[in-house]
Parts: sequence; C-alpha cells; structure tokens
Amino acid sequence: MRLERRLSRAPIYLALVAFSVFYLLPFYVMIITGLKPYEDLNVTRMWELPRGIHLEGLAEGWRWVAPNFRNSAMITIPAALLSSVLGSMNGYIFAKWRFPRSNLIFILFLVGMFLPYQGILIPLVRTLQLFHLYGSPIGLILVHCIFGIPITALLFRGYYVGIPNELVDAAKIDGCGFFGIYRRILLPISMPAFGVVLLWQFTSIWNDYLIGLVVLSSPRLAPINVAVQNIAGSWSVEWNVQMSAALIAAAPTIVVYLALGKLFMRGLLAGALKG
Amino acid sequence: MEKIASRERGGAAAPSLPVVAPRRRSWLRGDHLVAVLMLLPSIVAVAVFIYGFIIWTGYVSTVKWNTVVEDYSPVGLKNWIDLIRMDRFHWDMRNLLLYAAAFMSQCIIIGFFIAFLLDQRIKGEAFFRTIVVFPFAVSGVVTGVAWRWLMQPTTGINLLLRNLGIVDTRFAWNADPKLGILAISIAAAWQFTGYVMSLYLAGLRGISDEVREAARVDGAGTFALYRHIIIPLLMPVTFTAIVLTGMGSIRTFDLVVVLQGPAFSTDMLAFHMYQATFGLYRFSLGATIGFFMILLSALLVGPYLRSMGGSLET
Repeated sequence: MRLERRLSRAPIYLALVAFSVFYLLPFYVMIITGLKPYEDLNVTRMWELPRGIHLEGLAEGWRWVAPNFRNSAMITIPAALLSSVLGSMNGYIFAKWRFPRSNLIFILFLVGMFLPYQGILIPLVRTLQLFHLYGSPIGLILVHCIFGIPITALLFRGYYVGIPNELVDAAKIDGCGFFGIYRRILLPISMPAFGVVLLWQFTSIWNDYLIGLVVLSSPRLAPINVAVQNIAGSWSVEWNVQMSAALIAAAPTIVVYLALGKLFMRGLLAGALKG
Repeated sequence: MEKIASRERGGAAAPSLPVVAPRRRSWLRGDHLVAVLMLLPSIVAVAVFIYGFIIWTGYVSTVKWNTVVEDYSPVGLKNWIDLIRMDRFHWDMRNLLLYAAAFMSQCIIIGFFIAFLLDQRIKGEAFFRTIVVFPFAVSGVVTGVAWRWLMQPTTGINLLLRNLGIVDTRFAWNADPKLGILAISIAAAWQFTGYVMSLYLAGLRGISDEVREAARVDGAGTFALYRHIIIPLLMPVTFTAIVLTGMGSIRTFDLVVVLQGPAFSTDMLAFHMYQATFGLYRFSLGATIGFFMILLSALLVGPYLRSMGGSLET
C-alpha cells in the first residue's frame, strides 16, 4: 500500500498499543484494587501493584454477591437456551416458509430490538403482577425470552436464508414435512448459528441491569448486576470489595468472550442488521 | 424451484408458469398452516409485549395515575404539559444533546480510526481487535463501577495525569455540576467503540482492492483515497453506527445510575422515568417520559428499518 511506503510502520503500532492501554486500563485497575488488602487502599498509591496477592477483598466480594451470582446463572442459562430454540424456529419460518406479509411481520418484530424499555415498563409490571410473576425468577426468564424474540429471529433468519432452497425442496419431494425438514436438514447444520445466538443472549441477559432491577429487585433474588450496583451505591463497602464484586460479575462473560471471540464478533455484525 | 415456491404463495405466480386454477389462500393449508401456527405464539407475544404495551404506556400518559393508587381518569395532555415545564426535563434534554454529541462522535471517530489502523495489514490484528472489543463483553454496571474509581477526584485519572506530568488539576469528572454528563460519555464510549470499530473494519474489508487500485491509477493519494472513495463507500456503515449510538444515547441508564453526579447534572430521560415511576409512584409522569423516549427512538430508527425493508427480498 502507498501508506506503507510513505510512512514507517512504527506509528501505526504505537497508536494501537496506546489504544490497547486505554481499553485495558479499567480492567487493570479493577484487578489490582481487588487484590489489595484493606490497609493498602491508599488513594496516592492507586496505580501501584499490590504488595503480594491478597484474596481477602475477593473473598469478601464473593460473600456479598454469591447468592446473586447463582440467581443470575439460574436466570441466564434457561433464558438463553429457551430464546435460542424459539429463535431458531422463528428464523426457520421467516426464511423458509414465507407467507403473505411475513416480511412485514419480520420487520415489525425487529422494531423490538430498538425499543427503549422505559416505554413499556409500567404495563410490563402490571401484567406480571396480574399473573403473579412479578418478583419471581420465572417472570424474569419469560421477559428475557420475549424481548429476545427480535434479535434471535434476526440472527437465525440470516443464517437459514443462506441455506439453498433446493435442499428444502428436495426434502419436500422426499416426503418431509415442516418438522422433518427442520429436524433433518436445518437443525444438524445449525450449530454455528446456535453458538452465535446462545453467546449473544447469554451476554446480554447476564449483563442486563434495568429489567432485573424492575422485575426482581429483592436483594435475595436479584441478579448479580443489581447486587453489584447496590454494593457500589452504599458507600460503606471498601473499594477492594467493590472491585472484586465487579470482577466476579464480569467473569462469566469475559471468559466466554475470550473463549469464543469469533462467534461474538459474528453476533456483533449480524446484530447490526448487516449479516 | 423458485417457481414452485411462488405458486404456493398463491397470488403472483410467474407469468411463464402454466398455473392451473390458482387457488386463493392456498398458503394456509398443510405445512404452511403448521408454520404459521408455530409462529403465532411469538406474533402474539410481540403484539402484546411490544406494541400493546407501547399503546398502554401512551394511554397511561393521558390519565391521572400519579399516586400508588391506579387511577385511569383522563386528564388529556396535562402530564405532557407538566413534563415540558419541569426543570428536570430541561436538564434531561440538555444532557441528552451533550451526551449524544460526545458519545456518538467519540465512538464513530475513534472507532473508524482504529479500524483504519487495523486495516493496514498489521501483525497481531486479532490480538488488538480482541482488546478493543473487550469492554463490550462487560456490563454497564461493571463499567460504571470501574470508571467511578478512575474518576475519583483525589486519585484515579487525575493522579495518573499528575504522575505522568501532563496536567496537575483536580477534574471532578462525573461529579462536575456542569459537565459531568460528558465524563459519563467517556465511560460509555470506552465500552461501545469496539462495536463501532468492528462494523467499520468489516466495511473496510468489503471494499475490493480493485477500487483502491483504480483510485491509485487515477493518481489519488492516501488522503484523497479515503476522503473521496472509502469514506463515501462506508456511508451505510456510518448510518448504522449513527442509529446504534443514537439509540444508545437515548437509552443510557446503567451508567447514569452508577456514575450519578450532583443534582440533575447527569440526569437522563431513562433515569428520570425510573425514579418518577418506581421511586415517586408518579406512574403517569413516568409513562409520559417513557412514551417520549419511544417517539425519539422512532425518529431515529424509522428510516433505518425502512431501508432494511427494501433489502429483505433475499
């Protein structure tokens, strides 16, 4: 490239390293602060590495948020699984069983992706109360599944559209019906799409704060991000414990991101309707 | 094969196809009926939980329900007029403008710049990309907690800047009574820039080498190439980025809760709605703010979805 010839490559790498430092800085601070003992929490030495590894802060943080960590797992895993299965079915229909106005219905689904939830919170609470699901984990799972319908349908539809119609038609000639085609043709090759959708749903449900706060705010039942904010907002909890709690809350999605970064990127791009 | 499909859809069969007595509504039988029935629960859920609830919220914004007791006596536009006159609402609008301008330009300019750097065939591209997108994997609350520590006036970034000999001042950051909202936009952009960057990077990868080659043959320098060819070609990506970051600005909630500054200096519509509804039990006021947020988003997303609709016939 011309640019390569004109400039030496060093500034490019220098800029990238500088950006990397910026994006890692908050993680660095969270980790070193979380590993410091209480006596070491001196504001003038904030950037210094801890003198030795101290796990008291982490243990204390875990004591604060452990029940909520479990709550989040019990909510996120079923909700991610259910909404992926539902999304796969919906994507299959939108891609391979089009009917009059099905594209319009699909677009109307997508509107839900852009919804500021504040616009539906009051009816949501009233409806959940009506069915005795307000303040219950089941209610929260249900809400996450419903609000996951748009994005999961979008991601699966995008994937299934890429599968040739000839395959589906051949299966029809062989006598496969609606479910037969799904089970024999599409499901066996859907694993990459399931990977992307599960990862996307897991990350966004685990990281949710607003819906959890509104639907399930009792401290005992609340999801982890609600608990972390309660600790951070109380001001009586030390910084090392706050940072530890935040790290614990971030750990599952960080692990999943580092392990499955490629799928995550694919979700990012498809989620922007560009897949 | 496509012809069979179009006959099953009824109506518009290809003219060349010898159609035997096209049956009306033939799509609503057999497996097509199964498909529609399988989709039905989702259609109902979306119709009720999204469209029904939006209408319900709009309705609540026109009634007198401003205490714990549910009260559906109509008051017309009173809640709307009250909202527009509220000092706090004026802060919300001012903060939204400042925040959106700062957040959107940080994400788009820095996101494009990093994508440009990563597109220069560098070594370790995947490594750098992973780091830049990394913050997007953590929640808004975690982001807020980390940045609250970084923005402590007595330590954090201020201390770092002093130690590096750059500036020796005590910025109040998110606690600044005038510009605190801009500090929050920095934390938000830290989280979201990686997303915008990956959109631009995918866009840059989609521009073929022939285009660059042709421009070079015509004597365009690097700057001209980007200015006149590549940036215009990336307009759809920029459009997407504007919609996504604009939506992000309207919805901002988690970071405002965690990084709250004095009085209304960092207040946003989403937080105002939450406090009005679940703190003060002024449900109709909350519904008015919520519906207002829906209207703002519709202005932004409407054109976007319309452009989507055209490209669906794949």
